[in-house]
Amino acid sequence: MKTTLTVNGQLRHLDADPRTTLLDALRNHLNLTGSKKGCDHGQCGACTVIVNGRRINSCLSLACMHDSDEVVTIEGIGTPEHLSALQQAFVSHDGFQCGFCTPGQICSATAMLDEVEAGWPSHVSADVTAKQDLTVEEISERMSGNLCRCSAYPNIVDAIMDVAGSAKR
Amino acid sequence: MTLHLKMDDRDDRYRLDDMVQGLVGTPTDRPEGKLKVSGKASYAMDVLPDDVCHGVLVRATITHGKLRDLDTEAVRALPGIRTVITGKRMLRNPAQGMAGKAPVQGSDDIAYFGQPVALVVADTLEQARHGALALRLTLEAKGDAVVNPHDPDASVEMPKKEQVLIGDLDEAMKKAAFSVDQHYTTPGHSSAAMEPHASVAHWHGDSVTLRGSYQMLAYNKAELADALGISEKNVRILAPYVGGGFGAKLGISPEAVAAALASKELGVPVAVSMTRQQVFETTMRRSETNQRIRLAADENGLLTGIGHEALVSNLPGEDFSEPVTQATPFLYRGENREIVHKIARIHRTCAGSVRAPGEAVGLTVLEIAMDELAEKAGIDPVELRKKNIPDQDPTDQIPFSSHALAEALDEGARRFGWDKRNPKPRSTRDGEWFVGMGMASAVRVNMLIESKARVTLSADGRAMIETDMTDIGTGTYAILGQIAGEMLGLPMEDVETRLGDTEFPPASGSGGSFGAASNGTAVLLGCEEIRRQLCKKLNCEDADMTLKGGYAIVGNKRIALRDVLDGDTLVGEGHVQPGKAEKKVRQATYGSYFAEVGVNSVTGETRLRRMLGVFAAGRILNAKTARSQCLGGMTFGIGMALTEELIHDRRDGHMVNHDFAEYHLPVNADVPQIEVVLLEERDEWANPLQAKGIGELGICGAAGSIVNAIYNACGVRVRQLPATLDKVIDGLDEAT
Amino acid sequence: MNPFEYTRAASRHEAATMAAGGATVIAGGTNLLDLMKLEVMTPERLVDISRLDMDDIETTADGGLRIGAMVRNSDLAAHEIVRSTYPVLSRALLAGASGQLRNKASTGGNLLQRTRCYYFYDTAMPCNKREPGSGCQAIGGATRLHAIFGASDHCIATHPSDMAVALQALDAKVEIENATGDIRTVELESFYRLPGNTPHIETELKPGDLITAVIIPPAKGSRQTYRKVRDRASYAFALVSVAGVIEMSDGKIAHASLAFGGVAHKPWRNAEIEQMLLGEAPSQDLFRRVADTLLRNAEAQGDNAFKIKLLHRTLCAVLTELTEG
Repeated sequence: MKTTLTVNGQLRHLDADPRTTLLDALRNHLNLTGSKKGCDHGQCGACTVIVNGRRINSCLSLACMHDSDEVVTIEGIGTPEHLSALQQAFVSHDGFQCGFCTPGQICSATAMLDEVEAGWPSHVSADVTAKQDLTVEEISERMSGNLCRCSAYPNIVDAIMDVAGSAKR
Repeated sequence: MTLHLKMDDRDDRYRLDDMVQGLVGTPTDRPEGKLKVSGKASYAMDVLPDDVCHGVLVRATITHGKLRDLDTEAVRALPGIRTVITGKRMLRNPAQGMAGKAPVQGSDDIAYFGQPVALVVADTLEQARHGALALRLTLEAKGDAVVNPHDPDASVEMPKKEQVLIGDLDEAMKKAAFSVDQHYTTPGHSSAAMEPHASVAHWHGDSVTLRGSYQMLAYNKAELADALGISEKNVRILAPYVGGGFGAKLGISPEAVAAALASKELGVPVAVSMTRQQVFETTMRRSETNQRIRLAADENGLLTGIGHEALVSNLPGEDFSEPVTQATPFLYRGENREIVHKIARIHRTCAGSVRAPGEAVGLTVLEIAMDELAEKAGIDPVELRKKNIPDQDPTDQIPFSSHALAEALDEGARRFGWDKRNPKPRSTRDGEWFVGMGMASAVRVNMLIESKARVTLSADGRAMIETDMTDIGTGTYAILGQIAGEMLGLPMEDVETRLGDTEFPPASGSGGSFGAASNGTAVLLGCEEIRRQLCKKLNCEDADMTLKGGYAIVGNKRIALRDVLDGDTLVGEGHVQPGKAEKKVRQATYGSYFAEVGVNSVTGETRLRRMLGVFAAGRILNAKTARSQCLGGMTFGIGMALTEELIHDRRDGHMVNHDFAEYHLPVNADVPQIEVVLLEERDEWANPLQAKGIGELGICGAAGSIVNAIYNACGVRVRQLPATLDKVIDGLDEAT
Repeated sequence: MNPFEYTRAASRHEAATMAAGGATVIAGGTNLLDLMKLEVMTPERLVDISRLDMDDIETTADGGLRIGAMVRNSDLAAHEIVRSTYPVLSRALLAGASGQLRNKASTGGNLLQRTRCYYFYDTAMPCNKREPGSGCQAIGGATRLHAIFGASDHCIATHPSDMAVALQALDAKVEIENATGDIRTVELESFYRLPGNTPHIETELKPGDLITAVIIPPAKGSRQTYRKVRDRASYAFALVSVAGVIEMSDGKIAHASLAFGGVAHKPWRNAEIEQMLLGEAPSQDLFRRVADTLLRNAEAQGDNAFKIKLLHRTLCAVLTELTEG
């Protein structure tokens, strides 16, 4: 199945079994192994990537369904030499331990901040018609699709708060 | 070359305190952090050779019986299928921690539902995944499978060395002014590390290299060699990054052996990652426990007796049993003691180590019982614990190496605002929510395990550490670098730490909270050896030499290390072994938890509002990573208290909720901004770092503080964990 | 995942025609791919409708809302009219799944989610829904998630959707187009079926039927809420949930529609209790009688007995909240 994706700004061509998920395509065909497979069923969020500006679970999507889509993976967010502000905040706040869920957490958080910016409400918003402030409670709820068994959750929240507060994503 | 230390006695040299680089103890960022946040840290499945084949395990779908046949022909006919591996070398279950030899092998005998019996290998993952599900097995079930620990047909063992009887507990209970005699249960738990168990095997001639997700490589190498029937020297294991372990990756697992067998047969590298469901079903579970606690106290609340009985389970033939009562013999006073430990042999997924085997569930339950006693005796729960801290280990009659429980209790109570707690349940309301506070003590035994490391100071003045130690999120990269930097007077960026390769000197591995102290000591010893060689070059005594910022300072001379080395490279190996110290004193870490919960008066849902942990674990090597370890442990405690439970079908024992949708790990919204306080402490009996383990302390008893808070909030005492709403809702009636 | 042929539909007609010929429709794929990986579902042909022009939310002539089948859950939850006029729907969507899943999951697909019954998900277990006639292993097994209403000897599964529960309380209709181009609308109430002895047939959809939209009439009540009770604070399926739409007039209940999730093979609704509330002044006694009536015929399966008390209490709390002030 021939598929063309724009991944981290680069046009990438793929010819894979139609059964190939977006996650497996990134990892096994395009050698972008930053996105992780923690459950393969949309239950952990380690595979989170940003497609056309939206965060999704790349394990629950077929690569062929994304023909001509724009995909941003952790590798497109920043490199060890040039970390994004969120990536740097994760390091400073120890927003991870084993690091396996971390690329998914950061992709998720990056897109989540855009959702807040767009005024999307959340389950914990007292008033769904209003624009929400980014409280600890709001961040925690919005990041609940990303499991972390080491439980860096409080540090992840601090890292996001730090960056959102200084608006320098 | 090698500096060796057998820990027979205290080490009161306090070598780290002589140093001036100022690294140890500081909240230094993880040196590998930038790789982890940018997706560049390479876990087991992240470096696949071009010609790799993919394998997927196939499980047995009976509880007990025989595998009679496999229809491999049909599967081999599917596109891309390369081979089907099965037979006598397949592992029934993972090796237990530090086994150093293969576990039960062979796919013919089925001992539990989900046991891996075959590996289907194909050119692509998609082909292998389908092939594995398409493989038809002919299975013959035995009708007599016992799957519940309480089944009267279950064979129950009582290992002699696990039982303790001191004094007369029955008599103490009779005479007690206040007493508690209750039964409690905790369910099975899964380590549920985010990285599934995975291995990539590749042979070169008679030697196999395995890239895997493992915690204890030196042991894993021996286990893999034994399982394959080859010499250890023909096995190399690589695990530079491990996506969490929590006990589940202590021993070699079925996917590693299957990958190696397949790679051998096909002559190409084979990658096998367990599915999440397989991780649940075929790696270690923490045993469910059935516990009875008896507490006898006099009119002042002083304990006169403690009884702790536990029934746990495991597969036939496994020597591990959850050491539920491990801390009970020495935590509290009481001259009459009875400890009973029973193991039921049942056909469920293998039981093994999950973060803090023993105290995680045993102390949690003891701490719930202590809360019940506090209420009966009308004594504040913090006071009750403080009163009952013994002067020495009351069972073994040996002194404590260090003991900061009282301080942790006081500090925690003060910081949390414990004095604002109304001991009467249901006295605080916040809208629909009952609000309450609870607390518990923390304790975890401390261990030292044989460990080696090599430190190389190269001519350019940079140091390198090599050891087959792992960093499973525990901060090994950070703390080893800090120790070496401190000892050799180098900034972090001048120390490189290489881990996770069995070509390096064998380490303790990561487990039982002993990794940092054991392997850190090996690094310290290696550095001491290098310092000895530097002194020789400088013709001075160690006490007269200061190393800082890449310089040696002797007297009034300050010389760049590069110049001291003058083209030489110095190598120092450190080797530490446990010795008589662990028999002379009782070594443990201590702490306290304080929790505030809301219990919904309508639904019985519990949500944690605040939580504080205060911990003393000897010298803290890195304030940042140590705090993170405590956060992680406490969150395991939140899961244990509120949501985590392996559900087994009562008829065939199969694990019903084998995924993350239905085995409920805490999510971000379940975890408030937990506070962690680390107390200053040194334990000179533990090791030359005066540091003790901290990776597990944070889970030991944590759930107890939450369950006790539920009681204080709404008056419902939950004795069957987790405290899901169905356990609470019946008790809410009188409230509304 | 068994091998399949993948086609991206160029039109609704093509999709419906392929579906009539046995192809399985994929939209967001968040549940279908989950089930395909386990081979609980094994379609040989997939027709992808995700790029068909069905992602609009429009107001209808009568003041209601027409939601295209491909509207993503997150867009629906964040839509201004939904937030202001149908907050029960926003709330239900936001209580479901995770941010990532809501970005992918479609309106039509959400309606067609399969049950989360453990035994349905495990192909080693007999299951009448997965394999008609094989039996129901959930009965007598682990039943914490299972139904207290409308179960049969063949199936005790529940429907997992939150969104559908809110839509049920809003009297939504499903717009369906078939391969011949005929368009019909079906009340959500009759769209879903109870398991009976054919639990594998879950809806009124016939081969070749394509959900094209969901239509909600003008809101009949301005007091709306969705209350979801679950084991975790987030990212978990409902143990029970209540969607409520109430209108008050002169201190009396002028309109009440209530739907319940996590308790039956479909979003559950009970006309009798809504009738009981009409014209009445709110009181705890009334709410208790209403809840008693709702749960009169509830039947526990063992592990899920708590749901009866839980739903009773949750309903009373929701009614209290929606009628106060």
